[in-house]
Amino acid sequence: MAVERVTPEKIRCDACPVMCFIAEGKAGACDRYANHNGDLVRLDALTIIENTRHKLVPFLKDSSAEDWNGDIIQGNRPFVTAVGAGTTYPDYKPAPFIVSQEIDGIDMVTVVTEGIFSYCGVKVKIDTDRHIGHERDVVRVGGEPVGHVMTSEYGSKMLSLGGVEHLTAGSKKEGRVTCDALLRLCNREPVEMVIGDEDPPTTVVVEAGKPPVVNGVEEKLMRVGCGSATIGMFPKQWVGHVDEVVVVDDHITGVLSEHQTGKMLDVPPTGIKIKGRRSTPGRYFQVARPGTGWGGTDIEDPLTILGPFNPKIAWPGLSLLMVSTTGEQYGYFELDADLVPRAAAIPARLKDSANLIAENCEPSVCSVLFMGGAGGSLRAGVTENPVRLTRSVKESLTFVSCGGAEAYVWPGGGITVMVDVIDMPTGSFGYVPTPALVAPIEFTMRVADYGTLGGHMTEIKQLSSLVSDDLRKVAQVESQPDPMDRTNYRWAKERR
Amino acid sequence: MMPPIARILPCGTRLHLQHGPIDLIIGAEGERTVAFDAAQARFGTVLKELVAELPLLRMPIQGVAPEPVGRIARRMDHATRALRASFITPMAAVAGAVADTILTAMCDAAILRRAYVNNSGDIALHLCPGQSYVSAILDHQGNDLGRIEITHSDGIGGIATSGRHGRSLSLGIADSVTVLARTSAQADAAATLIANAVDLPGHSGISRQPANHLQPDSDLGARLAVTHCAPLSLAETDAGLQAGHRRALEMEQSGHIISAALFLQGESRLVGQTGFNAPHRTRLHA
Repeated sequence: MAVERVTPEKIRCDACPVMCFIAEGKAGACDRYANHNGDLVRLDALTIIENTRHKLVPFLKDSSAEDWNGDIIQGNRPFVTAVGAGTTYPDYKPAPFIVSQEIDGIDMVTVVTEGIFSYCGVKVKIDTDRHIGHERDVVRVGGEPVGHVMTSEYGSKMLSLGGVEHLTAGSKKEGRVTCDALLRLCNREPVEMVIGDEDPPTTVVVEAGKPPVVNGVEEKLMRVGCGSATIGMFPKQWVGHVDEVVVVDDHITGVLSEHQTGKMLDVPPTGIKIKGRRSTPGRYFQVARPGTGWGGTDIEDPLTILGPFNPKIAWPGLSLLMVSTTGEQYGYFELDADLVPRAAAIPARLKDSANLIAENCEPSVCSVLFMGGAGGSLRAGVTENPVRLTRSVKESLTFVSCGGAEAYVWPGGGITVMVDVIDMPTGSFGYVPTPALVAPIEFTMRVADYGTLGGHMTEIKQLSSLVSDDLRKVAQVESQPDPMDRTNYRWAKERR
Repeated sequence: MMPPIARILPCGTRLHLQHGPIDLIIGAEGERTVAFDAAQARFGTVLKELVAELPLLRMPIQGVAPEPVGRIARRMDHATRALRASFITPMAAVAGAVADTILTAMCDAAILRRAYVNNSGDIALHLCPGQSYVSAILDHQGNDLGRIEITHSDGIGGIATSGRHGRSLSLGIADSVTVLARTSAQADAAATLIANAVDLPGHSGISRQPANHLQPDSDLGARLAVTHCAPLSLAETDAGLQAGHRRALEMEQSGHIISAALFLQGESRLVGQTGFNAPHRTRLHA
């Protein structure tokens, strides 16, 4: 679209013959095109999710009205997302697009808006055993604190980034850098972060849907389980083929002969001595320091976690397999005459067992979940009586989605949602310099329920009236439910 | 440059025409296909015709102002020239004149019992004897303000609404003014002026900005358009409505309009009884 610059703050729109001059921040006579920082932008470039073989059928100039069934998109049931909907900040105006579409004889309304989320952040799950920082360590991007390390979860580390404390409560630069990092994470771009105050600190590159890169090394596999669980999962591979197995893990290192599993399978004691704190039989904590070596420890040589074997129990020639929780590292040893483990050629069967562990590990990925609160102001775009929207969501009369992806709504007050950015159309997020993220959010419900909650009924538009050639159309993500599916709603269950 | 667009809405019986700022929703009963073809054909050049004379159409009408030549422009000129005692430009009737033009093209081409052209709220109406037309009036927040019920014998061919919450700027504080008149162009021009007249000059709770700061091309020039109106006391609301009521009464008595309904912060005034019915309230169950 060519734009003739008239003065720095006004542009001339050539979308139609009226050729409006449009001042900065204003829309033209049609309310469809606007001047945004000197650029002509289309306000209604909505994204529509099409869930089957929909194709756009244009209205032909010479075709008669009667041979037209009225569906712009045949096959029907596309879903209008809020991506590109534009916001109505400040908030007392109705949401920009309140779309209605009849589904199974029930008039459904989707209230579509791009919310400006000052209260927002991301939760990052990084599938790795490697040490990336201690709980509560500060996560920095470009030298600015943007969040912290949360609890470790099964086979993964969690980060909590953003939030209003970093966006608005810190320095101006902190807010800007945080907003930028969140925006890039949500739009599935890689972000390099530095974690902790240790020297040297850990550097992690996080990109939604991709393996993490820890200190320059790309992670491959997520562990199959903790060391103790691994002992419990694969004993058949070992019993009768090796005398002792140690699964090295920063969290819980497992020892076959001492473990409940070994006892059940009559594995005799071996006199092995593991450094670290014994929890229950065959399970050891803190065998080493956390790191990026074996099983999330800092060790490269597994023998360093072993003390001397007990000469009353151990015997020369005793065979020992040591393996990490992902099967990526393993070592085979035999005790010499002095009961000192010596590396030896690993029997094929044991090597296969390490491969089996690796095979059972899932690929390591980073997950980025956007989390934000649809506060009073955003809700006001949907209804004159915002708390009724909250109640309607809690009562399963209203389905919440973000860019068409199902959003988890937290229990308790307000509408605090969490959504996996991978399920959303690319480029769904924007920002305002406040700083805050702009994210799409849609509320879908029956027209009758929309009326009950005080919705802006006169603003409802038929879906077909929004369809135009410059709409962006994307396929539905298969794992995501159709927001307009009746089973999302309480009333569908009541009827049966 | 985006071309004019025509499409049938999902109901299968209404036509949507759009070009630039013009959005028409059209219904017709009778020879619908013929009528829609005629509407679409006429619509093709509407915006082009208007743009050709746009500078003139944005000038205030004064005694010796030149008359435009385009057919739509002449409808605008005719509807606004009669009201030139107040500041007015032909643009005050543009939406109504376009609706009238398309309706005329349909009625010339097809036999229709009932037809309407809704140009973003300004409606041109055709009713044969025995036919009627019902429309709900809602405020900008969706509250029900009542019904418009029109029959053939009322002689109403146009419905128009103007006010602060519409698409155009307003010089007054009315939330909305709905006017019924013989043509849509007349109703459009009258609604604009009545909405401008609902005002409390000098009131500190009313914010105004030069119209051309808000919309560089506005036909209102540097005149002060209302950008905000604080909650008013009942006495103030009455005073504001009263000013508009006087203007509407003059227009009714001189035959420019048939009736009008004025709304401001929950209060209303009616001029002429034809067509307007009291609000029909529904209860909400949350």
